[in-house]
Amino acid sequence: MDSDDEFNSSQVSDDDFMEDSDAVLDEDSDFEMEENDVGFESQDKDIKPTKQAYEVDFTVYNPTQIQSHQEKQIDEVSSILGQPPESTAILLRHARWNKERLIDQYMEKTEETLESAGLGQDAVAHPPKIEKIKGFVCDICCDDSPDLDTFAMKCGHRFCSDCYKQYLFTKIKEEGESARIRCPGDGCNRIVDFKSLDLLVSSDLRDRYQELLTRLYVDDKENLRWCPAPNCVYAVQCGVRDKDLPRTVPTVHCDCGHFFCFGCTLNDHQPAPCSLVKKWMKKCEDDSETANWISANTKECPKCHSTIEKNGGCNHMTCRKCRNEFCWMCMGVWSEHGTSWYNCNRFEEKSGSEARDAQAKSRASLERYLHYYNRYANHEQSAKLDKDIYLKTEKKMTQLQNSTGMSWIEVQYLDAASQALQQCRQTLKWTYAFAYYLARNNLTEIFEDNQKDLEMAVENLSEMFEKPTDQLQGLKVDMMDKTSYCNKRRVILLNDTAENLKSGNWEFNTSLA
Amino acid sequence: MFASKRLSKELLKLQDKLPPGITLVKADNFEEWQMDIRVMDDNPLYKDEVYRLKFSFSQSYPIEAPEVTFLRTPTTPIPWHPHVYSNGIICLDLLDRQGWSPVHNVESICVSLQSMLTSNTKKERPPGDENFVRYNTQRPRDISFVFHDNQV
Repeated sequence: MDSDDEFNSSQVSDDDFMEDSDAVLDEDSDFEMEENDVGFESQDKDIKPTKQAYEVDFTVYNPTQIQSHQEKQIDEVSSILGQPPESTAILLRHARWNKERLIDQYMEKTEETLESAGLGQDAVAHPPKIEKIKGFVCDICCDDSPDLDTFAMKCGHRFCSDCYKQYLFTKIKEEGESARIRCPGDGCNRIVDFKSLDLLVSSDLRDRYQELLTRLYVDDKENLRWCPAPNCVYAVQCGVRDKDLPRTVPTVHCDCGHFFCFGCTLNDHQPAPCSLVKKWMKKCEDDSETANWISANTKECPKCHSTIEKNGGCNHMTCRKCRNEFCWMCMGVWSEHGTSWYNCNRFEEKSGSEARDAQAKSRASLERYLHYYNRYANHEQSAKLDKDIYLKTEKKMTQLQNSTGMSWIEVQYLDAASQALQQCRQTLKWTYAFAYYLARNNLTEIFEDNQKDLEMAVENLSEMFEKPTDQLQGLKVDMMDKTSYCNKRRVILLNDTAENLKSGNWEFNTSLA
Repeated sequence: MFASKRLSKELLKLQDKLPPGITLVKADNFEEWQMDIRVMDDNPLYKDEVYRLKFSFSQSYPIEAPEVTFLRTPTTPIPWHPHVYSNGIICLDLLDRQGWSPVHNVESICVSLQSMLTSNTKKERPPGDENFVRYNTQRPRDISFVFHDNQV
């Protein structure tokens, strides 16, 4: 595969591209690729290419839509159960929005189901109301004025309505509770229903309550997730379940622009599956800096493999743990050093070379980890720098518009390039975590070729990006080509990994569970 | 306003009549009160001892639970109990958000603590007491205790 040539040519021809992808993709996706290739449309974000192997189906919903989903389901179940909507809502929330189970339960044991959700019989016959009761003393504020407004639900725990309101206010505003607020009575499990709430609370509190209910709805539904981006109000629906996660990496794209994994809600981490991401992050948290230091500053005791830092003194080492005496220089046993103490020139001796071999082996695994970690961290770092670049890009775009008289639309290629860079770096970063857990075989080699191609494409584009503004105009065509090439390499890599993940072709050196 | 109205009523009642073994020590304001409790039967763990309780009330008492801890003074030690840390922090579901009901009051808390002590036979501190006492910087209401043991 002559990817180098492709970089340097100003145009990536379809044929070259085909050759490349042949090695990696099966017939179907190859065909798709060809279609996308025509006219380099993939750099245009408005034109959605046909679905790639690494993409999943998902829908983004705004709060109003989520609200109406709830209402629709409540209406539907309400007509089946013959319960008023507000009671149905409580029942559904109690059953965590599992319609089928709720209907089954309700049909079998109506009274029990109602009771466990905090709804006794005849909620229909006697709607909640505020009353004045003669001789009443409120157990919360101890007020006993005769004209006190009081309220009680079916459980009969009666309090003055001011106290009830204060109680609900605290629960909703301060404790963020919604669907499962219980009666203030001691040990009472009755849940405050929406009608009672309506009667007692002010409208702004009701809005907050509604918001909390919606939040709970999304939390309860397995196929809905909130977008984790700060201040984002959208939720994403996706059919991927937890059990599918070893076979797919469901990256979704929220309308707010944030890419995240539906499985674990972390930032997009394709191509690595969630379980590897989790393992990798844990490993990095524990290991990376320490491992670096260990590698640079220590050796291991040839006998018990304790890690030893030599912080002064002579070459005669005595392991504090196993009392083994050895030479720091050649790692051989000290007793063989005879009288040539403190001046080791015995590198060729057998005991020493064996010890060094063993050490090399154990260090190799550390080195291997560091190899992948450093590349992972490098792309992470570069991705951060890309954010700065993005800001600079905007400045450059304005400069370019002013100095050359180019129109806004004509400088958009810089924006596209910057976005491509960020996305590709994100992918590259995770390819290194992915590769760390891959077993060595032919498939892995193909993967590494893809990785290399993408990496080179990215670095080429990145380099171009740092050129002074006055040269940028002349590089426009070149830059657009490289941007589209980067995007394509990324698609190829992700399709390859996704397909093999789906069919279980990857061999990992760890379990995916 | 909310808290003081209720507390003034509670205070009137406490000054009037108290269950056996419970005495009012200090209630100068509506933020912090002190009560003394004794265990009324002859449980050897608590015999002849008096324990001081410190109640701290927030503005939204009794909607919110008060903060209740044992207070060590020259005359009052911290009682031995598997749910009482040696710095006086009490792990009792009644005092937690989940177990609290606004119907409870200072008197009922005192009675509950009395009975919590009475029924105990173990001269123990909660597991991890030493660490907790040394490192805990949270206020009792912000600690999330796990109420795994309803026997004691």
